[in-house]
Amino acid sequence: MVNGLTTGSVYALVALGYTMVYGVIRLINFAHGDLYMVGAFVGFTLLDQIGRHLGSLNSFLLVPLAFIVPMATVGILGVVIERVAYRPLRRAPRLSPLITAIGVSLALETGALVIWGASFQVFPSILPSTVWDLSGVVISSTQVVIFVLTIALMAVLYLFVQRTMLGKAMRAIAIDQDTARLMGINVDSVISLTFFIGSMLGAAAGIMAGIYYTSIDFNMGFIIGLKAFTAAVIGGIGNIPGAMLGGYVLGLLEALGVGSGIISSSWRDVFVFAILILVLVFRPTGILGEHVVEKV
Amino acid sequence: MLVLLLAVIAVPPQLSNYYITLLTNICVYAMLGLGLNIVVGYAGLLDLGYAAFFAIGAYATAYLMTTHNFSFWVVVPIAALLAAVFGVIIGAPTLRLRSDYLAIVTLGFGEMTRISATNLDFTGGPNGLYGVPQPFIGGFTFTTPLHFYYLSLALALITLFCVARLGNSRIGRAWAYIREDELAASAMGINPVRVKLLAYALGAVWAGIAGAFLAVQLSAISPESFTFNQSVQILIVVVLGGLASVPGVILGAIVVVITPEIGRYLPGDFASYRLLIFALALIVLMIFRPEGLWPSRQRRREMRSEDVSLVGPQEAEAAAEVAVSREL
Repeated sequence: MVNGLTTGSVYALVALGYTMVYGVIRLINFAHGDLYMVGAFVGFTLLDQIGRHLGSLNSFLLVPLAFIVPMATVGILGVVIERVAYRPLRRAPRLSPLITAIGVSLALETGALVIWGASFQVFPSILPSTVWDLSGVVISSTQVVIFVLTIALMAVLYLFVQRTMLGKAMRAIAIDQDTARLMGINVDSVISLTFFIGSMLGAAAGIMAGIYYTSIDFNMGFIIGLKAFTAAVIGGIGNIPGAMLGGYVLGLLEALGVGSGIISSSWRDVFVFAILILVLVFRPTGILGEHVVEKV
Repeated sequence: MLVLLLAVIAVPPQLSNYYITLLTNICVYAMLGLGLNIVVGYAGLLDLGYAAFFAIGAYATAYLMTTHNFSFWVVVPIAALLAAVFGVIIGAPTLRLRSDYLAIVTLGFGEMTRISATNLDFTGGPNGLYGVPQPFIGGFTFTTPLHFYYLSLALALITLFCVARLGNSRIGRAWAYIREDELAASAMGINPVRVKLLAYALGAVWAGIAGAFLAVQLSAISPESFTFNQSVQILIVVVLGGLASVPGVILGAIVVVITPEIGRYLPGDFASYRLLIFALALIVLMIFRPEGLWPSRQRRREMRSEDVSLVGPQEAEAAAEVAVSREL
């Protein structure tokens, strides 16, 4: 159950990226899961270099640094990708940006393969790890940190989207892009910002995964991407609270399925896909409802 | 055209096994590409789990030939049929989905198939199945790479013929209609459900046959041949050459098979670069030449811009005037 909350946090953060981008440009950014992976690797390289040159890694200063640097880097990467690969195709038939997204995803994965090699890397541990046992339920401090941090990030995001002008702009573009443009919103900039934030959150999730699972490899983005997409769909794609909810629902469902022994762990991915298909067939708008209207 | 045909039949015996195997691989990817072309190119359904059908054909063949001693020639139609059935199964939940969702769900199915193949016992687990016997006709057994090349060539030519004819038939036109505007198509009396399921089924058939061929060619198959990367490679074959363009797909198959071989002569660890090159090529292609390297003329017009119409200049002008007045 606690594991479910932890994985749920990761899913929720990545799902937010999917949902936000979908909300503004109606594109499922295939490459988003890979941004999560890049975030983890950037963090790894950063910590690795610090470890090599400065010796010890035991400092509270490291934790925020380990998060902020990869988040910023990957955020910028997301913006670059949007400008280079997606923006030229805004008016193209549906198939093109989709195929391009696959290309970007593949490029990121193979890029990581080339840069960091095929075998997994061990992510240095930077959080003190204590374990508590509350009447049979085992909780580790890492899990608590991940959970709290995720809630914090999501809260900040929610406030940003609901209370600030830029957030309002994002919501406006999600409803009607052309009208938003007429209202004086710089659509391109806001879309870039959306990518920035979404990618940042994905990177944060990547760092958390690195800390939690301690091993990272170039392929981790692939499966997370699919699961986070499932989470976004469960909550209702295009819907920000939906993505948050969907992430946790999926995390808990998966933990429940595996933990209760119904699904063995080699089938857990199939279990998640089955959930995705069921949701898409029976309730495609998700739990909180989809933000999109199918225009004829 | 005839010269080309004679060339592919007559030349190979002169070549070394290395080149023969290369040509065989081109034939296999051509078959896969043509099959996927039906789904993605003709019908416009972005299937990212196409390798699943490839796997079905291969595993069915391997299983039936090793455990039950079926003859290859009996197994091939079974593999094709099984793949078609799977096509319908996978296609059914996707019917009402938009292209983005469709892509991911088919990807999910592809992964589910691969994971199932890895986990289940009768598919041999992660090691796969081995010991697939060689096919034979009467007294003649297919043993050398040259034999397998001719087999693959024959299968590829059959596929080519069938897919090209399908593209020009009533169902082919129905697919094009569904691809372009599903709502309008159904208003015109085309049943989208039937047409889409047919696309999946008929598209999967060729992968099933290719899978059957792979099983006997390699005499052993494992889940690694049927990953998402494989599905993407087949997709690249189709997209590179040009969606819905049969010569384009052949060209795509040639490029996809040849590129890694050329890469061997380049410095560095090309195996990792190969997919990177393809990925970047995909992006560049989509931005600058979405209709592929050898497109059909119609597709070029379709892909270039959504506003380009297939009517003459006078009608286009009239339509433009109407559009402008409406916008105001």
